[in-house]
Amino acid sequence: MSRLASRHLLGLENVSREDLTLILDTTDSFREVLDRPIKKLPTLRGVTVLNLFYEPSTRTRISFELAEKRLSADTVNFTTSTSSVKKGESLRDTVQNIEAMKIDMIVVRHSSAGAPYYLTQCTKSNVINAGDGSHEHPTQALLDMYTIRKKYGKLDGLRVVLIGDIKHSRVIRSNIWGLKTMGASVALCGPSTLIPSDVEKFGCDVYTNLDEALEGADVVNIMRLQLERQQAGLFPSQREYTNLFGMTRERLQRLNDNYTIMHPGPMNRGVEISSEVADGDHSVILPQVTNGQAVRMAVLYLLSGPEAEGPEA
Amino acid sequence: MSDTPYDMIIKGGRVIDPALGFGKDAHVLIKDGAIAGIETDEAVFGDIGNATVLDATGKLVVPGLIDAHVHLREPGREDEETVITGCRAAAAGGFTAVCCMPNTSPVIDNQETVMFVQDRAEVADARVFVVGAITKGSQGKELSEIGDLVKVGAVAITDDGHWVENSEIMRRAMEYSKMFDIPVMDHAEETTLCAGGVVNESFESTRLGLTGRPAVGEEIAVLRDLALCRVTGARLHLQHLSSRRAVDAVRKAKAEGIRVTAEACPHHFILTDEAIAEEFNTSLRVNPPLRSADDREAIIEGLIDGTIDCIASDHAPHAEEEKDCEFDHAPPGMIGLETTLGLVKTFLIDKGYLTWADAVAKMTINPARIFNLPGGTLKQGLPADITIIDPDRVWTVDAKKFRSMSRNSPFVGWELTGQVYRTILNGRIVFEQDQ
Repeated sequence: MSRLASRHLLGLENVSREDLTLILDTTDSFREVLDRPIKKLPTLRGVTVLNLFYEPSTRTRISFELAEKRLSADTVNFTTSTSSVKKGESLRDTVQNIEAMKIDMIVVRHSSAGAPYYLTQCTKSNVINAGDGSHEHPTQALLDMYTIRKKYGKLDGLRVVLIGDIKHSRVIRSNIWGLKTMGASVALCGPSTLIPSDVEKFGCDVYTNLDEALEGADVVNIMRLQLERQQAGLFPSQREYTNLFGMTRERLQRLNDNYTIMHPGPMNRGVEISSEVADGDHSVILPQVTNGQAVRMAVLYLLSGPEAEGPEA
Repeated sequence: MSDTPYDMIIKGGRVIDPALGFGKDAHVLIKDGAIAGIETDEAVFGDIGNATVLDATGKLVVPGLIDAHVHLREPGREDEETVITGCRAAAAGGFTAVCCMPNTSPVIDNQETVMFVQDRAEVADARVFVVGAITKGSQGKELSEIGDLVKVGAVAITDDGHWVENSEIMRRAMEYSKMFDIPVMDHAEETTLCAGGVVNESFESTRLGLTGRPAVGEEIAVLRDLALCRVTGARLHLQHLSSRRAVDAVRKAKAEGIRVTAEACPHHFILTDEAIAEEFNTSLRVNPPLRSADDREAIIEGLIDGTIDCIASDHAPHAEEEKDCEFDHAPPGMIGLETTLGLVKTFLIDKGYLTWADAVAKMTINPARIFNLPGGTLKQGLPADITIIDPDRVWTVDAKKFRSMSRNSPFVGWELTGQVYRTILNGRIVFEQDQ
């Protein structure tokens, strides 16, 4: 049985402060393992994890796969390019067929919001959402939160600004839920065409002026701009987006000395973030990636059965 | 036929016929498949000979219900519904007549397809009034041979499922329809604003990360079509209204004297977009989408003040495997023929929004007048299409009991009050409720 309230991790919207804290605390132990010469634990020996990726992904897939391997799980990868999806097989049939080969956990990335929930209705495996449409991407938000907590020792009372395409960003949604549950204050900033309906109901401050949004910020988390949004007419040009929302060192001058720059990657350097900012002293973009692996190890461990051995073993 | 004065007597029920302004305990007499009279005094009809007597004590006896918006899926998707099974579902829901939409495969845009459906309906448990397509293939480009369609009995035209995006085509369709005095039915959702949308645009679409279909898309479509209706003088029937501003627009247009009528579906006066929540239940995927609580209120207000003339189900059967998928991959629509009556009783009448007479009018004489259908009343001499309702019966919606071939109802498992007791078509009992 899961050590969390749910046996799946579908999103952060309904995850309690206790469970978030447990995940982040557990991540600490696994993060330490990654600094050891031998980065391998027997935690998930005998557990088979399916990485079901219906959408292209490099870093999330590699991060999960490495996390699984470091925990001694058996892993199997399924991606759209090699799948039977193109033959018209339904998601239910695909996953049930693979599950019939005895799978214990499924990590799923899918372009449809709600697909991970749907999988919980089709299988007995634990399901971990690795990003569903524009809905949630809980492990990304957890690694963001972990990275922040590691630096400041807390989340409570911090001001986190999330910048970019709020309408289509699953990373932003998961960050909103998780950060708010942990007591952080969240500000959103992006072009008004990429701010979704009734966004204020999230309980965040919403800005279209970047300088105003940055006022009093501790953490600045910059989202990747999907260039195809321009073709969809949601903003006039990449140039104008960069002028209005691109993060530069000048913009950041108003912040306190201890601010943090984050980006979930992959970055469009010179578009939403300048290289100077991305590579600057305040950037934790690469630590985020390392922490992501530890967060995923923690989630895999916490959702797996009680027989799994913890990081201390 | 028998020698006795009547073939059937429906005794002791409360007869409600809004068209006749009738609403009291009475007996309905049937002879040769037609209404032979309504009598309040048993003595008047004296010797009943060997007439069948149907005891309707404690029941409501109303004109056979008419559903102005139904998808029968035949021809083309006989795995989802056929004319026969759809009419069986209609009878089980108390409907003796349905208007079927033309978005079949092939589309009902020519005489042969109209007649094919009519032919299938000959032995069905309900009357089927065929609605033809406005444009060939419902492609929105060229008018169908509307005169031909009407000649063989099409009662209206629509490209339901799609809005006629081209304003010039819609204008010509309205002008042309006037020659035949048929209404132009309209699925009013502006195409570009709703492109790719699968749920109402609101905090729910924001929260769930699903693409929205904004209410303003319905408003714009309704306003354009009202404007065209005004200049052409055609008759416009707006299908499945779902949003406050659309209802407001229709109310204003009616006050101005524009020849517009409108319908609303149970899901739009009962459910809101909040029902989709974490479960992403594909039965809730419907166009126009479930909207906000305020929109739902507006639909109810429109029903109360008469802005909305009809209650229609938009019965839209879908194969189980097509709805068993990711939310945004599911085709839009839900079935409704077998739940509408119970939903109307439970959520409109029991809540005090409509009287039985109002509700019955919206499912009988109002659609009959709009589509120029025979029936919708128990007037002497008309075919004996009658629905007998057990108004207080509490029942649970059970997917296994659906007569429809499809199961895509979000109301499965709901407890409703008010159920069909008997459905009578042409004086013949076509549906009898298990007791």
